[in-house]
Amino acid sequence: MSNKLIDIVDITKSFDENVVLDHLNLYIRENEFLTLLGPSGCGKTTLLRILGGFETPDSGNIIFDGKNINNLPPNKRQLNTVFQKYALFSHMTIAENIAFGLKIKGKSKNYIKDKIRYALKLVNLEGFEDRSPELLSGGQQQRIAIARAIVNEPKVLLLDEPLGALDLKLRQDMQYELIRLKNELGITFVFVTHDQEEALTMSDTIVVMNQGYIQQIGTPEDIYNEPKNAFVADFIGDSNILSAVMVEDRVVKMLGTTWKCVDEGFGHNRPVDAVIRPEDIDLVKPGEGTINGVVSHLIFKGVHYEMEVEANNYTLLVHSTDMFPVGTEVGVKVDPFDIQIMKKPESEDAEAVGIEE
Amino acid sequence: MKNKKILTGPYLLWVIAFTIIPLLMIVYYGLTDTTGSFTLKNLAAITTPENLKALGLALLLSLVSTLICLILSYPLAMILSEKKVNQSSFIVLIFVMPMWMNFLLRTIAWQNLLEKNGVINMVLRFFHLPEQALINTPYAIVLGMVYNFLPFMILPIYNVLSKIDKDVLFAARDLGANSIQTFSKIIFPLSIPGIISGITMVFVPSLTTFVISDLLGGSKILLIGNVIELEFKQGSNWNVGSGLSLVLMIFIIASMAIIAKYDKDGEGTAF
Repeated sequence: MSNKLIDIVDITKSFDENVVLDHLNLYIRENEFLTLLGPSGCGKTTLLRILGGFETPDSGNIIFDGKNINNLPPNKRQLNTVFQKYALFSHMTIAENIAFGLKIKGKSKNYIKDKIRYALKLVNLEGFEDRSPELLSGGQQQRIAIARAIVNEPKVLLLDEPLGALDLKLRQDMQYELIRLKNELGITFVFVTHDQEEALTMSDTIVVMNQGYIQQIGTPEDIYNEPKNAFVADFIGDSNILSAVMVEDRVVKMLGTTWKCVDEGFGHNRPVDAVIRPEDIDLVKPGEGTINGVVSHLIFKGVHYEMEVEANNYTLLVHSTDMFPVGTEVGVKVDPFDIQIMKKPESEDAEAVGIEE
Repeated sequence: MKNKKILTGPYLLWVIAFTIIPLLMIVYYGLTDTTGSFTLKNLAAITTPENLKALGLALLLSLVSTLICLILSYPLAMILSEKKVNQSSFIVLIFVMPMWMNFLLRTIAWQNLLEKNGVINMVLRFFHLPEQALINTPYAIVLGMVYNFLPFMILPIYNVLSKIDKDVLFAARDLGANSIQTFSKIIFPLSIPGIISGITMVFVPSLTTFVISDLLGGSKILLIGNVIELEFKQGSNWNVGSGLSLVLMIFIIASMAIIAKYDKDGEGTAF
């Protein structure tokens, strides 16, 4: 993971009056698994389509391997796309689907045959050559779509919510498959999803987007543990976002009392947002925590219990493997490094606006 | 289940009364002579030079009109399928609207336009241009066929084209195909079912028509449809008429079979 492979410079794109991408800057490195994550309408798919060449940006440049590819049609770009609904050619067999790109490039029959066998082996569908795509399951179709893309040996594979139509179990299996594929092929993956779990599982780098702006770029750990703003915190996993006041470095006031934290540099008595992940809240005996509260809600979630604790007129979401029945009085304890302090957005609009790096 | 069976009853009656019984009657008349005894003479009536000529001409003209309809429809259907839905449905409406007027009326209108003293020749005369012999030519019949049956070609092709997922076309481009290759390898093969139903819906009525050839071909040009009509009406020879109808039906079934076979080939094992 070294060189910049794709440099996205100041890209703006709007459809009619609707600005989808607003002066967006991003670079993608060689051999990186980069995920564009955000809610629907955040511009992630548009960005992918601009990379693929299916949309042209209103302004800005796409630099690929040092060359500007703004005006290069999709068929001339060294990248291939896996589409959300597979987009297989229903009038062709699996082998013909996979061979499509190679035949266009005029590769020899033997080369194509070997490539088909190699690609089918890579996606664990050996022996499927002569079947029709319509007779395959969703997961199998998606694998074929991936095989069809990778036989062309692209430098970058673009994946547009490829797992969206699959059921949970299959989706999880495919996540591991994709990581394995990426490592075996040694190429760059640009993955688009609205599913934070997918993003956290697979990515080297996550780009969180909202309303055409990049909210945060970082490793999965960065994004989860140190969200830069309330949007990121809320979008990635469950979280408690509390209005707080930074009293001084490493001391924050929230829920009517002061807490120790590890953040510095926010100034004195400045209003901030504090994020506490539900699994980072420890429930202890009353009086032993920083504040006391009462369990008001309890749901069994399988891996853990999900509880709501009423404390100082605020409802805290808590995940714990210990169960406290509704009505139990508990103490609430949070380790200082589990409290993440974020700047408050200046206004409602600023919440959507990009954060200066 | 039982209720569903009851619901199919009326349709079954309909099919028996209006499809099967008439068909059997045609077969009966076609295979018997005026005295009611079995004969193949009525079928053999197709081999007379006049009837063969009428059948040949009907096949030729309906093939030509089908081809013209296809050539006119395909680009239009492609343009429409790329437009936004509300725009394209409006344009489709314009093309289909003539169908809502009476078929006979439309053909008579063409008769008035093409006649020796019709609208077109009046305009030509006004500009001191030579008059044209338009009516009572095979061209006039082809024009009538194309005009009347064009929407039946546009609609099925437009339907299949607009159902092709745009991502499938993007995928072809993504895999290196230029726009011509995308058309020849993806769009065209995927649209074959629409082309087939379009051809069927234009070719069959063109082959059997007698109204268009009557009105625009005068009595000079006889198609097989006219021959059959004459046998039934003027000759009152139901037996020969039915026999010729059966032969025509065999021709239609055979052409459909050829098209269906071509379709299978088209689905291709090109690799």
